[in-house]
Amino acid sequence: MSKGVHFHADLLCMKMNSFIFQISLKGKTNMKIEGQVRIPSGCAIAAVISKEGNKMSGELVAGAMKPMHDRSNGLGGGFAGYGIYPAYKDFYALHVFFDQRATRKDCEVFLKERFEIVKSEIIPTRKIPAIIDEPIIWRYFVTPLQSVLANLQLDEKEFVARTVMKINTEMRGAHVFSSGKNMGTFKAVGFPEDVAVFYKLEEYMGYSWTAHGRYPTNTPGWWGGAHPFTLLDYSIVHNGEISSYDANRRFIEMFGYKCTLQTDTEVITYILDFLVRIQGLTLEEAASVIAAPFWSTIQDKTDPGEQEAYTYLRTLFPSLLITGPFSIVLGYSGGLMALNDRLKLRSMVVGEKDDRVFIASEEAAIRAMEPDAADIWAPAGGEPVIVKVKEGAY
Amino acid sequence: MLENVYRKGENTAFAVFLLKFVEIPWEVRYNSMVIDAGSLDFRALNDTLRKAEEDCRVVGCRGQRFIAAGMAEKNITIDGIPGNALGAYLNGAHITVNGNGQDAVGDTMNEGTIIIHGSIGDAAGYAMRGGRIFVQGNAGYRAGIHMKAYKEKMPVMVIGGSAGSFLGEYQAGGVIVVLGLGLQGKKIVGYFPCTGMHGGKIFLRAHCGDVKFPDQVTARPAKAADMEELQVYVREYCGVFGYDMATVLHAPFTVVTPDSKNPYKQMYVAN
Repeated sequence: MSKGVHFHADLLCMKMNSFIFQISLKGKTNMKIEGQVRIPSGCAIAAVISKEGNKMSGELVAGAMKPMHDRSNGLGGGFAGYGIYPAYKDFYALHVFFDQRATRKDCEVFLKERFEIVKSEIIPTRKIPAIIDEPIIWRYFVTPLQSVLANLQLDEKEFVARTVMKINTEMRGAHVFSSGKNMGTFKAVGFPEDVAVFYKLEEYMGYSWTAHGRYPTNTPGWWGGAHPFTLLDYSIVHNGEISSYDANRRFIEMFGYKCTLQTDTEVITYILDFLVRIQGLTLEEAASVIAAPFWSTIQDKTDPGEQEAYTYLRTLFPSLLITGPFSIVLGYSGGLMALNDRLKLRSMVVGEKDDRVFIASEEAAIRAMEPDAADIWAPAGGEPVIVKVKEGAY
Repeated sequence: MLENVYRKGENTAFAVFLLKFVEIPWEVRYNSMVIDAGSLDFRALNDTLRKAEEDCRVVGCRGQRFIAAGMAEKNITIDGIPGNALGAYLNGAHITVNGNGQDAVGDTMNEGTIIIHGSIGDAAGYAMRGGRIFVQGNAGYRAGIHMKAYKEKMPVMVIGGSAGSFLGEYQAGGVIVVLGLGLQGKKIVGYFPCTGMHGGKIFLRAHCGDVKFPDQVTARPAKAADMEELQVYVREYCGVFGYDMATVLHAPFTVVTPDSKNPYKQMYVAN
């Protein structure tokens, strides 16, 4: 099922020669490009959110990945935590991979021209045998320079998004993998439970968490290619493999997004940023664009208003319909949205206990987080599950 | 692994010590082997099940896949959540789950019984060609996808609650029964039931006036002969879950079979 996702060799060479840390568990660096490597599919996702905004350690969601170990193959694991940087909540937290010290120095010069950096530090990690060949991993808490914003006539978020795109496409050896406020992404090549130990996730407290175990299907496993994929405070974990990738990519790249990460999931993040932040759609509307109901289902709707809305959105954004299997969890400030493709070609279950809502590829993962979770149910294909933290609690 | 397995007569003191802390019914303690799945991965758990000479009870199950794959002649009870492909290629063993099942329960099973005291995920009974699956609650998407039958082999799946979309997708044989018990206003089946169905039979305990079936199948009210056939499956189902058969059968049933004059042609092209 690898057809549909193609990447140009020249693009790969430009970006990846300097930036591939590891593609096999043995630490070899015999990089293979799309078409030369075929790996059968899998992947695991999990998420938890407290509707009251109560904080949970990253260990909780890491535990959910253990019973789903066999869904991943050690070529990528990652987490996103929301509410984890309360002391710096008004600053964009940039998490960046660097291939070498000189790249970091260059990147910092670039950042200083655009941002006030209030804190910069190495992201603390543990040396463990399961995670090797790590890049240099730093984080910067920044705020855009007002003079630069005024000069460019851009709002703050757009400016940050464009800067991230610029670094990721133009600065060889540097990769911004997290850029939201009061949230952060942590990812690596390895099994997710090991990635959690590597990044000391037990030391972070967040009101919501998402997690991913990767089983790369079309493309090599590398640090930047692990999930979640983020832009600003939007993060996506994805189980599946979208067959509309190129159609989606061609459309979204017209709006300034650049798909450079050799994986299909990246485009989902940009689509949701485009639909929600730029176009101002609600999450429900965005869900009905990317997982649009079949025309026959729309015709059978008894509510004319609903029918008209679905028809309008399908007509307006036909190129953003995502086909092929996916189950995703979108993380954003103050909430989560879980969504399956309209044919529901991937599994996803939801459960609840007290103020917490749990989402995972398997019920066993929910039970690992909360043995007494109740109301376990499986959302239908294309049916978004949106969970929000109550106003003022995040 | 030894510490996960204890039997009557072996390591008695240790077993008695453990049993004080694990609430296991008396008859189970003395007739079968208890396996604590807590720390076992799917391979170790399945190896233990295979080596066991008596019936087994798996406790603390949490997502281990392929449980009892290909097994014959054994009763296995599972407490907890078995992982995907429970009873895949099952060849005569009897599995009872006290909890929910995940995806692909009874994948390609050939013979035996799987009883779920809960609900199940997607693609249950995928390519199943014999045996029985009884689900007390609901089934996810694609229950009975590509079920088939062959000579004396006639698989049966009975779902107590509702079924998700694409019920009986590409069904080629066998029988699927959806009872719709305790629906509380929910639909008995999701979208696109019987897509690509070209063999077998589906019973739905409803009028199905609001269900849209594809052109290549015929949906009609059950006749006396259908009810006679159905009674066999429902009797077994009610026996397992303790329901009153007369009450369950006292309702309109719709029977869906493929229409041989108008065979299945295509599905996914026109979206």
